[in-house]
Amino acid sequence: MKKIFSRPNSLKDVETHYCGGCGHGIVHRLIAEAVDELDIRERIVGIAPVGCAVLAYDYFNFDVTEAAHGRAPAVATGIKRARPDLIVFAYQGDGDLAAIGMAEIIHAANRGENITVFFVNNAVYGMTGGQMAPTTMIGQKTETSPRGRSIQGEGSPIRVAELIAQFDSVKFIERCTINKPKNVTGAKAAIKTALKMQVEGKGFSFVEILSPCPTYWGLEPRVAMKMIEDRMTEVFPLGQLKHVTDTAGNK
Amino acid sequence: MMCGNEALAEAAIMAGCRCYFGYPITPQNEVTSYMSRRMPEVGGQFVQSESEVAAINMVFGAAVVGARAITSSSSPGISLMQEGISYLAGNELPAVIVNIMRGGPGLGNIGPSQADYFQATRGGGHGDYHTPVLAPASVQELVDHVFLAFDIADRYRNPVLILGDGVLGQIVEPVEIGPREESDLPNKEWALTGCRGRGPNKIRSLVLGENELLKHNHALQAKYRMIEQKEIRYENVETAGAEILLVAYGTPSRTCRAVLKKFRSEGYRIGLFRPITLWPFPYEALAGAARATRAVLVVEMSAGQLVQDVRLALHDDQKVVLLGKPGGEVIQTSEVEAEVEKLVALHNLKRR
Repeated sequence: MKKIFSRPNSLKDVETHYCGGCGHGIVHRLIAEAVDELDIRERIVGIAPVGCAVLAYDYFNFDVTEAAHGRAPAVATGIKRARPDLIVFAYQGDGDLAAIGMAEIIHAANRGENITVFFVNNAVYGMTGGQMAPTTMIGQKTETSPRGRSIQGEGSPIRVAELIAQFDSVKFIERCTINKPKNVTGAKAAIKTALKMQVEGKGFSFVEILSPCPTYWGLEPRVAMKMIEDRMTEVFPLGQLKHVTDTAGNK
Repeated sequence: MMCGNEALAEAAIMAGCRCYFGYPITPQNEVTSYMSRRMPEVGGQFVQSESEVAAINMVFGAAVVGARAITSSSSPGISLMQEGISYLAGNELPAVIVNIMRGGPGLGNIGPSQADYFQATRGGGHGDYHTPVLAPASVQELVDHVFLAFDIADRYRNPVLILGDGVLGQIVEPVEIGPREESDLPNKEWALTGCRGRGPNKIRSLVLGENELLKHNHALQAKYRMIEQKEIRYENVETAGAEILLVAYGTPSRTCRAVLKKFRSEGYRIGLFRPITLWPFPYEALAGAARATRAVLVVEMSAGQLVQDVRLALHDDQKVVLLGKPGGEVIQTSEVEAEVEKLVALHNLKRR
């Protein structure tokens, strides 16, 4: 019998620490599949964030480094500048990327570093116990917004993809989700395109993945998946914001 | 003839460094502008980062793949880098960081200072760690220390600090910068270079297993003990038979040298002990140099930081006197002379 489905070589055969219904495992797998398909496992370096995905280096079967909270795009810059032949991606959550690391992501994007950033947005801090994130939605209750996030005093959810879309140096931005099989397929395609653009030297690529956090949303996994469709995509619309295929303006 | 800042930049390139990341801050801006011109000429990378936080993390990234990387800044900027330096130490990554110190605290001023001594010699960031600290006193020594810093960093897989002050960065002196002999340094098998032909390498300082972080810390401490054994550097200037011992590093050591010359010419037995590595500190050598002295005068452009290590070395001997001048101000020869005169009178020291 022909084997048609197996674990990607870029993913280790280990149990993860993620909660039931968490999206990180799916995103890890999609990245691993894309890395295998592009045949770049032996020249890729991943950067694990501080946050729920902090242990990503235990799950990917290729070279991975840690980075201080929010600093992954700066670390990626250092790696890529020193070794342009390596493929580099930063894997970041919403607190990591959009709060403490906002400066690093904005400036790495604006410099047009030829790197890829995977931004897993679940609208809440997970590792520290469910606090409000920059992407927490208006009215969403968290550990630190017990009355629900309000615009005045706590601010609107920040749309990082839209924020960096203004930079000419950013070549690929797509926001996708993994709440159902069709969207998983779309997310996989976006991840692969982003990495491929880097392989081809086309410049900064960014994929935002809306991801469920049943634990800190206080929802069953199935309901959390539906919540993405019902609420999150209204605040964070899905789709490709940018795909520049010419190489003009690149380093 | 080159100013210290430009000379150190060129030395880094000669030492094989092709990655400079930095953020403008006075009084070290010549490094940044020199690197922005020079790095592209030698096929290297220059990035003016969005902050010192980003700069040190770019250095971290270059170090992760095994490249030699350097950043430079001045006191407030170095404070911002402390998180990154702690991560470099925790991950055992080699890198060179230059601090051309200015007056503090806070924004302070842009005058030369040595007020970051505690920060540099006691780790500086969070966690139990040390960084070797080199304290050059001339442009030539600054250049030599850049080569040495890269070698020490690579040998021990540890960040290394070069601690200068605004005078050293700005002063123009004759200097020779040429390629040095290749050192016998270990291969960087730990670097992340893509896992072709080997299992994946991981760079991480997160250690969660039971007792694992304790073990990691013990290993780091063992490394620091080895550095303490092998890398202590200092200079004795006419310390044999000295009755008064001056202790100073960096720019004040130059002032002290002039004072020493004057008092020696008058027949007084005066010497100078100059620590070259501030961590590891030459405690034993200083104790030896101070053993037969009547008084020890510590001269520093800070309010009393170096003096604490001197007191540790001399078991809090009451003969230790401090001339400390904070606030980004250079210590004048006349100020040191006045202190020496006082000690001569106090101890009734005779000319030879």
